[in-house]
Amino acid sequence: MTIWRLILREISHRTIGFALGLLSVSIAVASLAGAMTLLRAHDIRTEEIVAAKEAETKREMDKMEDDYRKIMKNLGFNVLILPKDQNLADLYADDFASRYMPEAYVDRLAKSDIVTIQHLLPSLQQKARWPEQGERTVIVIGTRGEVPYAQRTPKSPILDPVEPGTVVLGYELHRGANVKPGDTVAFMGRRLKVAKCHGERGNKDDITAWISLREAQEIFNRPGQINGILALECVCAADSLDKIRAEIAGILPDTQVIEFSSQVIARAEARRRAAETAYAAIESEKQQRARLRAARERFAAMLVPVALVGCMAWIGLSTFGNVRDRRAEIGVLRALGVRSAQILAVFLGKAALIGVAGGVVGYAAGFAAGATWGEGGPASALFQPPLLAASVVLAPLLALVAAWIPALLASQQDPATVLREE
Amino acid sequence: MSDTVLQLRDIEKHYAGPSGKVGAVAGVSLSLSPRDFVAVQGPSGCGKSTLLLASGGLLAPDSGTVSVAGKDLYAMPTDERARFRAARIGFVFQQFHLIPYLDVLDNVLAPTMALPMADGRRKALGLIERFGLGHRLHHVPAALSTGERQRAALARALLHDPPLLLADEPTGNLDEANGDAVLAHLAEFAKAGGAVLLVTHDPKAARHATRTILMMDGRSLPDEVRQTPPREIRPSHM
Repeated sequence: MTIWRLILREISHRTIGFALGLLSVSIAVASLAGAMTLLRAHDIRTEEIVAAKEAETKREMDKMEDDYRKIMKNLGFNVLILPKDQNLADLYADDFASRYMPEAYVDRLAKSDIVTIQHLLPSLQQKARWPEQGERTVIVIGTRGEVPYAQRTPKSPILDPVEPGTVVLGYELHRGANVKPGDTVAFMGRRLKVAKCHGERGNKDDITAWISLREAQEIFNRPGQINGILALECVCAADSLDKIRAEIAGILPDTQVIEFSSQVIARAEARRRAAETAYAAIESEKQQRARLRAARERFAAMLVPVALVGCMAWIGLSTFGNVRDRRAEIGVLRALGVRSAQILAVFLGKAALIGVAGGVVGYAAGFAAGATWGEGGPASALFQPPLLAASVVLAPLLALVAAWIPALLASQQDPATVLREE
Repeated sequence: MSDTVLQLRDIEKHYAGPSGKVGAVAGVSLSLSPRDFVAVQGPSGCGKSTLLLASGGLLAPDSGTVSVAGKDLYAMPTDERARFRAARIGFVFQQFHLIPYLDVLDNVLAPTMALPMADGRRKALGLIERFGLGHRLHHVPAALSTGERQRAALARALLHDPPLLLADEPTGNLDEANGDAVLAHLAEFAKAGGAVLLVTHDPKAARHATRTILMMDGRSLPDEVRQTPPREIRPSHM
C-alpha cells in the first residue's frame, strides 16, 4: 500500500468531492486561460486589422502615386528653362521669351545625369501675325520633339514631334482657316500639311500653331537657337523647385527655371495629406484597439483573481471537510504507524492531483471558450504552450497552498483523542 | 534481552476537565510476557482505554514509563515511535476502523504504508485465508459482516508479526459466536508466543484470558488480579 494508491482509492470512493474540487480549479484556470486566449485573439485580430489597413493604405498610396504620375503627365510640362537674362515680366506679358539660348543646351541636359526633370522639349516660341489669315495673331511654337536622355530608358513622349512640312493647329486657328487634318494650308509663306487639329481648350493653346523647330528657326531667323526648354518635373522633386534649379544651374549656368501648373503641387500636397490621414487612421485604429485591450485586461484582472480566490477557498474548505470526514481513518492510520508527514502527504497529494487535473481541464476549457468567443485567429496561433505549462504548474501550487492548513491540521491530529472519541 | 513484551511502570494520566484535572490512570503497573493474554476489565471511564492507548505509544502518560520489547516508547522521537509501533504493536478496535474505501486486501496491507514489506502481499493473502476471508478479498468493509470486518482488522493487526497485540473491546459490536471466534484468535496468537492486552467490560471476554485485571477509578485492584486458565476455544469463522 502506498500513499498514491490510498489517494486514488479515496478519490474513486468520494468522486463528488473530487469532481467539485476539479470543477473549482478548472473554472479558475479556465478564467485565466480564457482571458489570456481572448487577449491573444484580440492581438491577432489587431495585427490583422492593422496589416489590412496598412496594405490598403499602401495600395491607395501606390495608386495615388500612379495617378499623380499620370496627372502630371496629362497636365503636361510644368517646368520651363529660359535664358538667364530673360525678363519674366516680359515673358508673362508677351507669352513667349524674348531672349534666346543655344539649341545645344537641350542636348547637354539630355546627356547629363539630371534626375529632377524628364521629358525635355526644346522650343522656339514667338507671337506673330498670320498674313495668309488676315494677319490674325498666332503663337508659333517650333519644336523638334522630345529629346531622349542618353542614360535613361526611353519613355513614351508627352508630345509627338511635328514633322517638317506639317503643322498642328489650335482650335481657333483651324476653325478660322476652315481646315482639317490632311489639308494643306499657307503658313507664313510656306505650304504646310495640317497634321492635327486640337479640340477647344479655352486657353492660348487655341491660337497655337506647332511646326518643326527647324522651320520655326528659319521663319524667325534664329538658326540653332531656342528660347525655352519645357520639361516635366519628376515626382521625386515635386515639392522642391530649389532642388531642380540647383541641378539645372549646375549643368546650364546661363539659364533660369520657372515652374507652372501649380495644380501638380497641390495634388502632391493632397497626396501627402491623404497619406498622413491614412497613417493617422491606422494609428487611431491601433490606439482604439489598445484601449479595448486595456479594458479587457482590466476585466480579466478582476475576474481571474476572484476566480482564483474562490477556487482556493473551495479547495481549502473541501479539504477541511475531507479531513473532518476522515478523522477516524487518520487516527487508525496513525495507530498503524503512519507518520504525520505521510498524513500531510495524503491530503496534499490529493490537492495536487486536483490541481494538475484542474489545470489541464481548465486550460482546455478556457482555450476552447477563448477560441470560440474570441475575435478569431487560427487555433495554432491561439494555443500558448507556456500558458498550458503555467496552468499545469500553478494550479497544483494554488491547490497545495489552499489545502495546506487543513492538511496540516490532519497531520497534527492526536490519534489518541480520535480513537478515544470513537 | 528481556523476555518482557510490555512493561508499564506507575503509569499516571490525567485529562483536563472543566473543573480541573481528571485522573484517568493512577499508578498502574503491568507486565506482559510472551504467551500472556491479559484482560483488563472495569466499568466505563475507569481508565482501561487510556491504559491501552498509553501501552500502544499513542498517549504519553503524565508519569511512569511504557516499554515494549525493552524500549521506552516515550523516550523515542515521534517518527521513530511510529515506525516502532508499526513493527511491534498490533491494534484491534471495537469499531474495527477499517478504511471504508479500501477492499479487504488493501485494508490488511494498510500497515505497509508505515513500514513497507517486501512480501507484504503474500503475507496479507495468507492472513486473509487464515481468517476465512479469501472469498472477500476485494470487498469493501461495507459489504462485510461485522464478524468479517473484525477478522479483517485482526489480519491487519498481525501483518507485521507484532509481539504485542492491543485489543480495545474487540467483541463489543459482535454477536456471541463472532465474539468467541475473535477471542479464540487472540488466544491462539498468545499461544503462538505473542502477548495480548485486551480491554473489555464484558466478563465473558475475560474468560479467554490468562490473567484478568480489574480497574476502578484509574487504579488496578490488586486483590482482583487473578490467574484464570484459558478456555479452550477453537477459532471458527462465522
